[in-house]
Amino acid sequence: MFDFFSVIMKNAFHSPATREYPKVKREPYPGQKGHIAIRIEDCIFCGMCMRKCPTKAIVVKRPDKTWTINRFKCITCAACTDTCPKKCLSMEAQYTAPAHGKFIDSFTKPDAPAAAAKPVIPAAQAAAAARSEVTAAQENKGA
Amino acid sequence: MTNDRKTIMPFGPQHPVLPEPLQLKLVLEDERVVEAVPGIGYVHRGLERLGENRDYMQTVYVVERVCGICSIMHAQAYCQGIEELMGVELPERAKYLRVIWAELHRMHSHFLYLGLMADSFGFEAMFMQTWRIRERILDLLEETTGHRIMVSVNTVGGTRRDLTDEGLRHILAGLDDITADFAEIVKTFENNITIARRLHGVGVLDKDKAYRLGCIGPVARASGLPQDMRKLGYAAYKDLDFEPVVMTDGDCYARTMVRIKEIYQSMDLIRQAAAKLPEGEHLVKVTGNPDGDVISRVEQPRGEVYYFMRGDGGKNLKRLRLRTPTFAHLASLVEMLPGSNLADVPVIIVSIDPCISCTER
Repeated sequence: MFDFFSVIMKNAFHSPATREYPKVKREPYPGQKGHIAIRIEDCIFCGMCMRKCPTKAIVVKRPDKTWTINRFKCITCAACTDTCPKKCLSMEAQYTAPAHGKFIDSFTKPDAPAAAAKPVIPAAQAAAAARSEVTAAQENKGA
Repeated sequence: MTNDRKTIMPFGPQHPVLPEPLQLKLVLEDERVVEAVPGIGYVHRGLERLGENRDYMQTVYVVERVCGICSIMHAQAYCQGIEELMGVELPERAKYLRVIWAELHRMHSHFLYLGLMADSFGFEAMFMQTWRIRERILDLLEETTGHRIMVSVNTVGGTRRDLTDEGLRHILAGLDDITADFAEIVKTFENNITIARRLHGVGVLDKDKAYRLGCIGPVARASGLPQDMRKLGYAAYKDLDFEPVVMTDGDCYARTMVRIKEIYQSMDLIRQAAAKLPEGEHLVKVTGNPDGDVISRVEQPRGEVYYFMRGDGGKNLKRLRLRTPTFAHLASLVEMLPGSNLADVPVIIVSIDPCISCTER
């Protein structure tokens, strides 16, 4: 009849079952899918990633040497990462945070040879990317 | 104005107990349901047509997103069909990996069902406890595949990722933890008098009716039909030892107990597959285009999913048609509801484990 007594004692003195987010954040697993990062210096603008993308989130313009990705269309399937011939795309663990408006990240290849430059770590790329808002026309274009 | 005593009450499309929108117009006489008229179409996204606009490798991602619960088995059915059409021979390791990930998905789907079932008769604490165990499974999936549910790990030709020894060890340790936590919940489902009152004798479907209405999966097995698509022997199931879990009562309690026993069966299958996991490649390169018709059937947590694919030699498929298990159960739902109380309607609906986004793709 009093078996609930042990449950009450356990619940009163046990630590919380959930993690105290945002004080304690969970470390992502290696190999977890979050967002796509690119080492733009190595990109040859072949357009394979654009062709393989199932949601058409990536747009590659060879004459302008730009690689753009619509972060909110991307489903982080890593098809682009698997198919890139130069292996300049990588899957990073940090997910795209919710935002007030959808945006497109674009990367442009610098003209000067990056001989002295150290490789750009992917975490800093979000700051380095040019971010532009998605217009309604762009949103509705293409299925 | 007639002296009929009939009221028509709309159940859904938005209802707290439904995971996805489904409308049922219930014709009630006082508290008893006399007739139920279903209305679907609230989550139709045209995914079959989208599958025709993407090439056959990209369609794996489209098909995976038909359902947010049994996602990996959609991809498995599609990949198996295309592989049969193109004559691709899978490496053995890929078959076993597909089994391990598919059974983990089956477990997480059944825990989701147990939580929703508990929620449908108001037992929210049980809902939270079963979903807490489900989080452990989703954590294992995230560690080994990168995503929690839309894992994108199946592709035509095998699996995109390999399972490391460490990952396999974590999966087996996770199964042991889950067995310990789950034992208490099973005890409650079996012995608690409130749950027994809500589930026993509710929504009875006898064996003959279940067969004529085309019931599949746990609903058929709870009514006495020993039907399990995994016995067809696709992927690595022909090397594993298991029997379909069958009960004979045909009520909501039987459907719940079948799923609980299937969770234990899945854990056993994962342990068997892990013991027999062969070394080797996990992916073969596929060249060429699909040409011809193929039918592929896979046992999802809710029943048998049926895929028809027609290729005409081009990169895009000419036609992709899928019939998901909940679509087959709508007829049996309409049969089960008349005669029941209004308060039992959510319990009966959740007992077929409805996945309306699968139904309407």
